[in-house]
Amino acid sequence: MSNATNGLELIGLTKILGGRVIIDNLNLTVEKGEMVSLLGPSGCGKTTTLRMIAGFLIPEKGTVNLAGKDVTNLGPEKRPSAMVFQNYALWPHMTVFKNVAYPLKIRKMGKAEIERRVHDVLEVVNLMHHKDSRPGQISGGEQQRVALARALVQEPDLLLLDEPLSNLDAKLRVKVREDIRDLQRRLGITTVIVTHDQDEALSISDRIAVMNEGRIEQFSTPQELYDRPATEYVANFIGSLNRIEGNYVDGQVVAGSEVVGIRPEDVSFSSSQVTGSYPATVEVVVPRGHFHEIYLKRSDATLRAFVSSNIPKVGDTGFAKVSKALVYKDGKLVRTA
Amino acid sequence: MATRENNLNLQSGSLLIRILIGVFVAFMGLFILGPLVWLGLQAFTTSWTFPSWKPNGWTLIWWQRVFETPSMVEAIRNSFITAPIVVLVSAVICLPAAYAAARYNYIGRRVFLIGMFAANSFPKLGLFASIATLFYTLNLMGTMVGVIIIQLLGTIIYMTWIPAAAFAAVPKNLEEAARDAGASKFRVFRGITLRMAAPGILVAMVMSFISAFDEAQGTYLVGAPQIFTMPTEMYSLVLTYPVQIAAVFSILLAVPSVVLIGLARKQIIGGQLAEGFQIR
Repeated sequence: MSNATNGLELIGLTKILGGRVIIDNLNLTVEKGEMVSLLGPSGCGKTTTLRMIAGFLIPEKGTVNLAGKDVTNLGPEKRPSAMVFQNYALWPHMTVFKNVAYPLKIRKMGKAEIERRVHDVLEVVNLMHHKDSRPGQISGGEQQRVALARALVQEPDLLLLDEPLSNLDAKLRVKVREDIRDLQRRLGITTVIVTHDQDEALSISDRIAVMNEGRIEQFSTPQELYDRPATEYVANFIGSLNRIEGNYVDGQVVAGSEVVGIRPEDVSFSSSQVTGSYPATVEVVVPRGHFHEIYLKRSDATLRAFVSSNIPKVGDTGFAKVSKALVYKDGKLVRTA
Repeated sequence: MATRENNLNLQSGSLLIRILIGVFVAFMGLFILGPLVWLGLQAFTTSWTFPSWKPNGWTLIWWQRVFETPSMVEAIRNSFITAPIVVLVSAVICLPAAYAAARYNYIGRRVFLIGMFAANSFPKLGLFASIATLFYTLNLMGTMVGVIIIQLLGTIIYMTWIPAAAFAAVPKNLEEAARDAGASKFRVFRGITLRMAAPGILVAMVMSFISAFDEAQGTYLVGAPQIFTMPTEMYSLVLTYPVQIAAVFSILLAVPSVVLIGLARKQIIGGQLAEGFQIR
């Protein structure tokens, strides 16, 4: 490992469960201080990957390097990583204080030192007033913060978050994810987060690894993922997409062997014709809150578009223009136009 | 309108129903508690002859007699030696088995759990008789060890099924979280799994104690005539002593069960026992 990073490095990771290859030769490097999401639908192997990083699963093949050390065959108790479980996994028979203090007690730390560090971290997650409560007596959001505190108190080299927001209601989710991101930046802690929620991944990650059937389809920044999805799968998974089979020529789709992907926000509708626009009829209008989704029937395809002002009515005729298209051949991005 | 009439009907109906329920409860109370009250009174009466509504006199002489008769004191002593030992041995043998049944899906796991029931659904006396022949060859007849082994049999089902359910009810990720926090496997078992299963284990221990304490058939077969416990001593008491002595002894026999159930009440009513048998 000549160029081992101080962060996390997964090399050729392979996991077989019940005779099925769950993770297939997976490579991933997370820089120190970086926040990386593993994003994908359920069953794509993201949780399995996280459990291999944490040490709950040992890979059949491959290496896990953490902070410059090979930890592949170490149990979870010997790894410098700390995990926040999806349902928090707080111990119901211990108070909030004892839950957070447990990892330090295991490390045989002095009583005064434990008290100081637990208080510090409970201040950070703003839970001092609940230190003597039991997990059953506090809300879901508070339990989540206790779980986070229990991980942070260990001052881990790597923080692992398994769907940390999925048990929170929508409003709280947005707030907590900002809190987590803020804390992660402030402490500069290397973090891997597993999620199936693209909004969550896009809004808090430095980089996102989009997973599909045990492989990483693309690993890049949120912006890059959105603007230049490397595969058709990623394009479909991130954001919304018009998928039309054919070749893309002069702003419209003609018969061909390629696949054209067009984001609804890259389709515009107007009553007057401009270069690259083609006649279209409004077929469906769906209100979506702060924007409307409209279906535009053109001679080459029916395109979905997002409009936020001058909402047309069903049956209106005009011109639809595509400002940007992604062109795929055999599932891989060949060009953008 | 219709609803008001219905309400009226319901109310007059509910008065009648309430009276009926009251009579029924009183009858059931008499039926269940009556013999116990009679027994409790008998232990303190000089004598109580049939048509009389109340005892002929009160006395503590029977209690004195019990504690002055060496064979009875010996039986009490034996009971309080064997039952706790049985509970401890049973726990040492069964708790690991219960944990294994709850956490590992090994071949024959179901057979093991169901077999536990099968052994208990067998006529016990037949089982004890065949064990007795084995005990003769092993020189265990009439020994404390023999009595302890025979009492152990009845406790196994409690000590495996109830703790197995209690272990199974501990979420796996609570154990994983402790591993992740740096605890060794043993430490996780001690600090998390065992601690969280403790109420279920406590209930199992109470049930086992009562089972061992009350066991008479096997104890008599294996222990008599050398070793008598309180329940087996009852046999000769009923046959050879006045009824008041049996009453005193019954009360003494009931005390540990009542006390223990009282102590474990919270766990039992809290559903630990009720949930105890819900293992898949």
